[in-house]
Amino acid sequence: MTEQMTGRKGTAGPDSPAGRPEHPAPPASAAAPSPRDLAARSPHRDAPRAADQGPAEKGPAEKGPAEPETPQVQATGRIRATGAQALVYALERVGADVVFGIPGGAILPAYDPLLDSKSIRHILVRHEQGAGHAATGYAQATGRVGVCMATSGPGATNLVTPIADAYMDSVPVVAITGQVSTSLIGTDGFQEADISGITIPITKHNFLVTRAEDIARTIGEAFHVASTGRPGPVLVDVAKDAMQATTEFSWPVPFDLPGYHPVTRPHARQVREAARLISESRRPVLYVGGGVIKARASGQLRELAELTGIPVVTTLMARGAFPDRHPQHLGMPGMHGCVAAVGALQKADLIVALGTRFDDRVTGKLDTFAPGALIVHADIDPAEISKNRRADVPIVGDCREVIADLVAAVRAEHEQGRRPDLTGWLTQLNSWRDTYPLGYDQPDDGTLAPQYVIERIGKIAGPEALYVAGVGQHQMWAAQFIDYENPGTWINSGGLGTMGFAVPAAMGAKVGRPDATVWAIDGDGCFQMTNQELATCALEGIPVKVAIINNGSLGMVRQWQTLFYNERYSNTDLHRAGTRIPDFVKLAEAYCCEGIRCEEPGEVDRVIERAMAIDDRPVVLDFVVHKDAMVWPMVAAGMSNNDIKFARGMAPDWGGQSE
Amino acid sequence: MTRHTLSVLVENKPGVLVRIAGLFARRNFNIDSLAVGPTEHEEISRITIVVNCEEHPLEQVTKQLNKLINVLKIVELEPGATVQRELILVKVRADAESRSRVLETVKLFRARVVDVALDVVTVEATGNREKLDALIKVLEPFGIKELVQSGMVAIGRGGRSITDRALRPVERSA
Repeated sequence: MTEQMTGRKGTAGPDSPAGRPEHPAPPASAAAPSPRDLAARSPHRDAPRAADQGPAEKGPAEKGPAEPETPQVQATGRIRATGAQALVYALERVGADVVFGIPGGAILPAYDPLLDSKSIRHILVRHEQGAGHAATGYAQATGRVGVCMATSGPGATNLVTPIADAYMDSVPVVAITGQVSTSLIGTDGFQEADISGITIPITKHNFLVTRAEDIARTIGEAFHVASTGRPGPVLVDVAKDAMQATTEFSWPVPFDLPGYHPVTRPHARQVREAARLISESRRPVLYVGGGVIKARASGQLRELAELTGIPVVTTLMARGAFPDRHPQHLGMPGMHGCVAAVGALQKADLIVALGTRFDDRVTGKLDTFAPGALIVHADIDPAEISKNRRADVPIVGDCREVIADLVAAVRAEHEQGRRPDLTGWLTQLNSWRDTYPLGYDQPDDGTLAPQYVIERIGKIAGPEALYVAGVGQHQMWAAQFIDYENPGTWINSGGLGTMGFAVPAAMGAKVGRPDATVWAIDGDGCFQMTNQELATCALEGIPVKVAIINNGSLGMVRQWQTLFYNERYSNTDLHRAGTRIPDFVKLAEAYCCEGIRCEEPGEVDRVIERAMAIDDRPVVLDFVVHKDAMVWPMVAAGMSNNDIKFARGMAPDWGGQSE
Repeated sequence: MTRHTLSVLVENKPGVLVRIAGLFARRNFNIDSLAVGPTEHEEISRITIVVNCEEHPLEQVTKQLNKLINVLKIVELEPGATVQRELILVKVRADAESRSRVLETVKLFRARVVDVALDVVTVEATGNREKLDALIKVLEPFGIKELVQSGMVAIGRGGRSITDRALRPVERSA
């Protein structure tokens, strides 16, 4: 029942009609989108969707001067321009309102016309990695394409980490890099690096542009590819001489992408089959991933969940896709998921996976994952389906359309009186949830529990704030102990696990959502990787709030050393006892940020409230916390989810739940 | 493990081959044979890839290839419904004593001598893998001095063309 939608789709025999969706002739004018097509394709022009509470609602309407409706050049115009001007005009036309970057030799031509742009705000960062993560934070907070810019060679290679990060988390980012002049390419010229070659495995697509006349079209294509289908980063490497040459600029540009046709409409028969399995299931779970947020499908998800009564788990990338306080929400599954969510997947007879990819951090040891479950797997990327776990019902499509169709198909099942009885299953799940809630101990010595600090930030800043995390223990606690009620309010580095993500990503999120309170929840290890962007924040008027969960160590690594390396703490202490190297308060002050230290539980609320009251500059809170706190529950790497521990050495009792 | 022959139609642009080869490498697949060349449409190149793997990984690699923006179409060519050819050029020792037997072998396999030197002949042969392996085996005792082989190219039998269909717009059913 599954083949036609999955693997062999592209490998049909020569006579089979089941090959790759076929394409129109590349150079034919039919392939060129009309101006109307372009507008329809551009996510920037999407009207806010009423059914959704996502960041989309905060979309273009607030971005007055940045709207492509107010370009400097008329859409029908055909004017002489340098390649660099064409680059800037094209960026204006595709709706880029912010570019994070740093100039340098090979990108210099582009920076000159950028100075004249009235609709593009360039934010000068302190390190290209900051530019890349800022573009990601901007994209995650707004749902629009984030843009970063760098010069050739080291500028470009400094973007590699954020590009890889955006690739793993499917974030629409366009990275523009200068390249040495065409005659120097391949000669090991000064500041030459083959960045298009380097980024092939970590971009959705990339381009090397060596002719001025190709620049505008390539920018249009890059934004189209980055933002449609499964989103992802696209790099455009532009040779310096192409930017300096003269060309004709006109807009819109016809795309030349004959091999790019993302499928968004799900197959009706597969959707009906999924609805039938839902009707027949007794222990179903909705396993929700970041694709639901990308597709702005939270409204549809809620409708499906409430229509069916099926419990929901949201992965690390999907926190906020379904309200945490909703009674059907079991929480986060995976390595540090809660017992009820992990148990629900393990004991399910049907998993409806929506916009998620069965990551190893969710499944644990794959061959013991959810042994009794049939799998309905919906994803916009056909390659995710049956990649890790074989799908019984594969559905290729955009989650918004898939879930909407599923709602209709389930209604049809209900009308025929086919509705599963989930009472026993829900009772079982509720008992796990009540018996094994998330929790933590307050340290005996009166020091701060890191979980308490994070929990209080969530309570005081509330569900309308945006929370951006680094990577490690603080990230897991922020995923666990803050209640997310809205999609797009939780931004983190999930797939790549990039330490140093929080400060620049929070900066980008705040630029995209200046109305929102943006908290970076960071570790002291992470913070020391990218805190130079506080200078950018202070100078550019980007008042983010940074909470450093300072345990003086690389906490997550230390936790593994505690558990798996006989408490041999090899190279995880970040400072000597009794020292503050660096002194984060002084560091904050050096950046003209407000710096406040907090070491007492009784001070926590007051300090957070003080930070909430400051909106004219960035705030850095140094929470000195207990270093031995650990993240629980935990499924050890490579182990089965059945072996989850809710505290050290403590395994849950599954209550003899039979299959 | 079974051998699979994939015909991959790609845009004729610089760097496309490296994207495809790189994909095989990083997804941990081995390429048995690879042949690239232009097609009857100048904007399209055709890559014939032979891989040795199970069905499931083949499905994965095909889907991953499909995601490459420059890939237009992928077709698996079933051996039974396909003409498959490889080409070899081989320098075989052929002195006065053995030359006649070498030439006889060449004739037997419907191969051709394309160059002659004092004690060496260069043989060209085309065919499927089995035939070429057999030829090499028979020539080996004479002494093979140098051997070069092309990758396999393959084309479906019958009147239909996969490139035509790659160029024709198609209605997607919902």
